[in-house]
Amino acid sequence: MPMILSSEAQMVRDTALDFFRERSPVLALRKLRDSNDPDGFSRALWREMAELGWTGFLVPEDHGGSDFGVTGLAQVMEAAGRTLAATPLLSTALLGASLIALGGNEDQKAEHLPPLVAGERLFALALEEGPRHAPAKIAATATVEAGGYRLNGSKRFVLDGHIADVLIVVAQSPNGIALFLVPGDAPGVTRTRTTMVDSRNAALVRLENVHVGKEALLRGGPDLLETVLDRARVALAAEMLGSASEAFERTVQYLKDRKQFGVQIGTFQALKHRAAQMFCEIEVTRSATIAACSALDEGGNEAAALAALAKGKANDTLFLCGNEGVQMHGGIGMTDEHEIGFFMKRARAAQATFGDSTFCKDRYAHLMGY
Amino acid sequence: MTDLTLFRRETRVWLEANCPPVMRTRMPEEEQVAGGKRASYVRPEQKIWLDRMAEKGWTAPTWPKQYGGGGLSPDEAIVLEEEMQDLGCRAPLRGMGLSMLGPTLLEYGTEEQRRTHIPKIVSGEIRWCQGYSEPGAGSDLASLSTRAVLQGEHFLVNGHKIWTSNAHLSDWIFCLVRTDPTVKKHDGISFLLIDMDDPGVRPNPIKLISGKSVFCETFFDNVRVPAGHLVGHLNKGWTIAKRLLEHERKGIGGIGARNAAKFEVTPEAMAKAYAGEENGRIADPVLRDHIAAYSMDAHAFQLTRRRAAEEAEAGTPPGPLSAMFKYYATELNKRRYEMMLESEGVQALGWEGEGFTDDELRITREWLRSKANTIEGGTSEVQLNIIAKRVLALPD
Repeated sequence: MPMILSSEAQMVRDTALDFFRERSPVLALRKLRDSNDPDGFSRALWREMAELGWTGFLVPEDHGGSDFGVTGLAQVMEAAGRTLAATPLLSTALLGASLIALGGNEDQKAEHLPPLVAGERLFALALEEGPRHAPAKIAATATVEAGGYRLNGSKRFVLDGHIADVLIVVAQSPNGIALFLVPGDAPGVTRTRTTMVDSRNAALVRLENVHVGKEALLRGGPDLLETVLDRARVALAAEMLGSASEAFERTVQYLKDRKQFGVQIGTFQALKHRAAQMFCEIEVTRSATIAACSALDEGGNEAAALAALAKGKANDTLFLCGNEGVQMHGGIGMTDEHEIGFFMKRARAAQATFGDSTFCKDRYAHLMGY
Repeated sequence: MTDLTLFRRETRVWLEANCPPVMRTRMPEEEQVAGGKRASYVRPEQKIWLDRMAEKGWTAPTWPKQYGGGGLSPDEAIVLEEEMQDLGCRAPLRGMGLSMLGPTLLEYGTEEQRRTHIPKIVSGEIRWCQGYSEPGAGSDLASLSTRAVLQGEHFLVNGHKIWTSNAHLSDWIFCLVRTDPTVKKHDGISFLLIDMDDPGVRPNPIKLISGKSVFCETFFDNVRVPAGHLVGHLNKGWTIAKRLLEHERKGIGGIGARNAAKFEVTPEAMAKAYAGEENGRIADPVLRDHIAAYSMDAHAFQLTRRRAAEEAEAGTPPGPLSAMFKYYATELNKRRYEMMLESEGVQALGWEGEGFTDDELRITREWLRSKANTIEGGTSEVQLNIIAKRVLALPD
């Protein structure tokens, strides 16, 4: 299980860091927010990302992808996290691609993967129902009816839900938890965009007697969901690592720039020690994230525990760096004009996505046998 | 078969033939071997194991053969360590000679100093202790005031060192002394080797909160030290002192350090034993949560060690990572003992005698010992200062 990047992954990383710095700085997120952009992301930018091949990292070669792996996509996610870029990377390049590549039959893959890789079709996982991440607690139903299934239920926090061309709905079927491909505009589907604290996309999705054919069902049920959620946790951990690193570096720079009592505030030990502690937490989070990526790509049996570890550490580390970032910036950190607050807001939303620290600790302990 | 595979096979065969079975069990603290003229052994196998390993130079596997070391390549040393861990072999010898002074002499010592001292470190014949801290110089080590005045062929040493680990059981001490009090504090320090048997050297054990006396204060009263026992140049001792601290902070316990890991009791196993189990889970959910938080940090740190090793192997220049190891490892170790005590409840409160198992009594003493981890070898606060300065470039 390698703990350092291959030269190919390093190249992806360098390209992605330049790309987001130049094409999607934090200012881009602010503009999307302030202009009430109906999409909540830039379609032009997404096409460029597709051209760079990032949408195909988790798609097999015979469906137009490169099968480059989670480690590669994590490099892109980390770079996106540095500038808080709002993109469908998680909803589509990770969740959509993984669910269909791992759970789809040949027809489903042929229908959906090429347009996904081309950046022309967006996906959203309609999973959560309660206020806290609980992938096993599903009340939405899929009842068998002539020619297929009838779906009923109410979903929340569906990332990119209001713009997705295809919803992947998790529901209780007669055989347990199952996943269905549902066109975003299918009759009976109501989508309501929610305005979130981190200015990113999420939606409420209601399903009322939505009919789908037999061909809508993905294979794998709860096992598929678990495998893909582990991937999502690791990719999110990478994104959060990027956001934490950026918030931290900006804060350290501020400690060197800002003067009070006639000296740089970075001379104060009360701040130095906390900065050094943040450095340590970022480094151990980085190690956990790299290890989890490698384990997922190699299919190691410790991948699930490492995914819980990576997401759990990323939760705590971004929480720390976001909060300390605002505190150490002082009054200016409380203003909307300054960007540090965007990182703290994103921290809270990213923590809640696919498992907060409580969830991750419980899952880690369970997988480690206690 | 590659050379390394062959080496692994031969090493395995040798260890199986030469490591006494009782030396393949968990090593209690009182059975650690530190060598020296005053060494005492609980079991004869300790000495047999030491002598056999020292004969091959494997108490210091990577040191040059000409000074008695094993002459192994880094890869071979890893193989030896792995095979020892697999069999559960104990460290044959530990101490400050191996972990600190040896590497320092190899780097800064004269040829004569190396020939005189290093083979006796490897064999365990001489035990060394460290004379760094003073009552008035702890974290601010460079303000030390033990004086050494050069008078012809001798230094005359007067002063008072503290936290000299096991000085009363040691044969020699490596000391930081002030040789020029008129210049900036870092520029007047020298590094001196002193024979504990010299007239005027007096170690005095200090009783600690754990009830043990592993540390001493050591007094120097007109001690005459031959000038040839100076390491490096006069007044240039601070550079050597810092280098030696780097060896100390690596926190690597030398060959056989993984014996402890193999026989370790984990906090989660203790929590299950003392708090009970429900469906395979620790029955107390809050305790389980605390232990998971600790274990995740420990796991992420262990992965960080591995990443640093892989980066070093790949030829990446030693990054800022190493600066955090001492801080993070020692804080984790303290948390580990707190988790174990939290699991044990009142069974952790025994001092000695009836009502408690040997393990319970031992863990309680080790818990107290662990509190020194974040003080000795540079406090956690000093480590954080180092990270802030060297890695983050924050202003003084």
